[in-house]
Amino acid sequence: MTKTDDGLSATRRLILQGAGAVALVVLGSAFGNLPFGLAPAFAAANDKYPEEAFKAKSEADAIKALYGKTPEASDKVKVDAPEIAENGAVVPVSVTTTLPDVTSISFLVTENPVVLVASYKIPAGTMPSVGNRIKMAKTSNVIVVVEAGGKLYSATKEVKVTVGGCGG
Amino acid sequence: MASTIRVRATSSGETTEVQALIQHPMESGFVKDAKGEIIPPHFIQQLTFEYGGKPVFVADWGGGISKDPYVKFAFKGGKKGDDLKVSWIDNKGASDTTTAKIQ
Amino acid sequence: MKLRTKVQLSLAAFGLVLLAFAAPSVFAADKVDPVADAKAFKKFFYEKFPKLKPEDFVNGPYSMNEDLYKQWQEKEQFPPYEFALEAGKEMFSKPFKNGKTYGDCFANKGIGVRQDYPTFDEKEGKVITLELALNRCREANGEPPFSYLRDEMASLTAYMAFTSRGKPFDIKIPNDPRALEAYEKGKEYFYTRRGQLNFSCATCHVQSPGERVRTEVLAPALGILNAMPIYRSEWSGMGTTSRRFTTCNSQIRGVPLTPQDDEYRNVEYYLSYVSNGLPISGPGARP
Repeated sequence: MTKTDDGLSATRRLILQGAGAVALVVLGSAFGNLPFGLAPAFAAANDKYPEEAFKAKSEADAIKALYGKTPEASDKVKVDAPEIAENGAVVPVSVTTTLPDVTSISFLVTENPVVLVASYKIPAGTMPSVGNRIKMAKTSNVIVVVEAGGKLYSATKEVKVTVGGCGG
Repeated sequence: MASTIRVRATSSGETTEVQALIQHPMESGFVKDAKGEIIPPHFIQQLTFEYGGKPVFVADWGGGISKDPYVKFAFKGGKKGDDLKVSWIDNKGASDTTTAKIQ
Repeated sequence: MKLRTKVQLSLAAFGLVLLAFAAPSVFAADKVDPVADAKAFKKFFYEKFPKLKPEDFVNGPYSMNEDLYKQWQEKEQFPPYEFALEAGKEMFSKPFKNGKTYGDCFANKGIGVRQDYPTFDEKEGKVITLELALNRCREANGEPPFSYLRDEMASLTAYMAFTSRGKPFDIKIPNDPRALEAYEKGKEYFYTRRGQLNFSCATCHVQSPGERVRTEVLAPALGILNAMPIYRSEWSGMGTTSRRFTTCNSQIRGVPLTPQDDEYRNVEYYLSYVSNGLPISGPGARP
């Protein structure tokens, strides 16, 4: 269980309850200035760590906690990951998409003890592509979820993880 | 003390490509040590990149990100010589920040 | 089984190559011919992998498998040994308590000299590796020695290797029977089976490069030390040649020697010499 009791609550603000249906476009205004009356789907602020999502045991729960929606598979989301990971501790995975108005990209590994690995906030003006290095406990599907134009899309790739080596 | 954050930000005129490598154990809390005891979770929870005072990229991480975490992204704008501020905070409340110049 | 047939064929081919070049039997020291050995060694690998260029051999398993190569290239954009390299540079430039520096112990202030190691010390009559030279430098200046396996030693050698990147291995065997003997003993160690698994270094790295031992792709012996020290994913950290030698001994269920024992120094001498001409690529990353 990822224990976050220690640091976060003492120093940070409230955690967002999932995502609203409206994608928030951040214009020139200083961040934090949300148009009133709209439930913030995304606030361009360096806060609101999705603690609940990082506790979820299934990808459905994690995605629900993050976005409050379910994704539809899309071939416009391109996941680049190896066939066989050199080592499950450091698996380079990247994603790129041609979908417009991307506001968030998340990575999930279905067989990991904590399914959600990372969630990235993409403010307007930032390219909809991310590269990172993730841990995979074993052979698993890597699911990338993209929030674009208020809707959710996903793509999946299976990555094999082996424990290898001579007696090691 | 040297920062834990290494950043490479390169402007191609239209966009700025950013790569960051951070020195951090990123313990997931699922691994046992030689004595068989769980190594407590210790990982960066949030990593923020700011340009011109505004976030251009925010990473929410769990223990499933590799040790000495790496991330790569790009944003429109950014000029050579401009500052890019990078900060992180981990689950123990520790933090670090650095400002890099866009090349 | 596919692997067995391949092994048999490779073994036969290699045996023929050895005979063809009249490579000396390990018991006939007066026929030691390192120049011929190195030529035969390279020829074997170049013929086994005709699509590879000589410099590709310094990348270990990455030149043997495309999926691995891709992952490696991605990580090399901002490599895992970055921090060790930085630490090494800092350590290298910091003077000892007596005011002297590592640079004072080496030619050219220790910059761009890695490719000359191991070297044969004619005064002592033994092979001196870079790590050994570094610890001797420390002790000569009143500092305690570092472990040969990792941490500071790996950081220092990472920096020194980095300053030599691209330079071809240039190991010298002086016209001294003790040097030839050390070389020959190194070669003998390399080809001797040991451990419960009864593997020699050659079993994996000469007979089966590019093949798998369980799930890991094997590196070719040619160029195998050029990337040292390495950040191994398996170790989640840096390790030196000593670290690899000792862990390999354990992995084939043999008894590891002490780092920098004569056998290890000699096999490093042999392996480095036969890779002369191939570029230093360290510090490196490996699975």
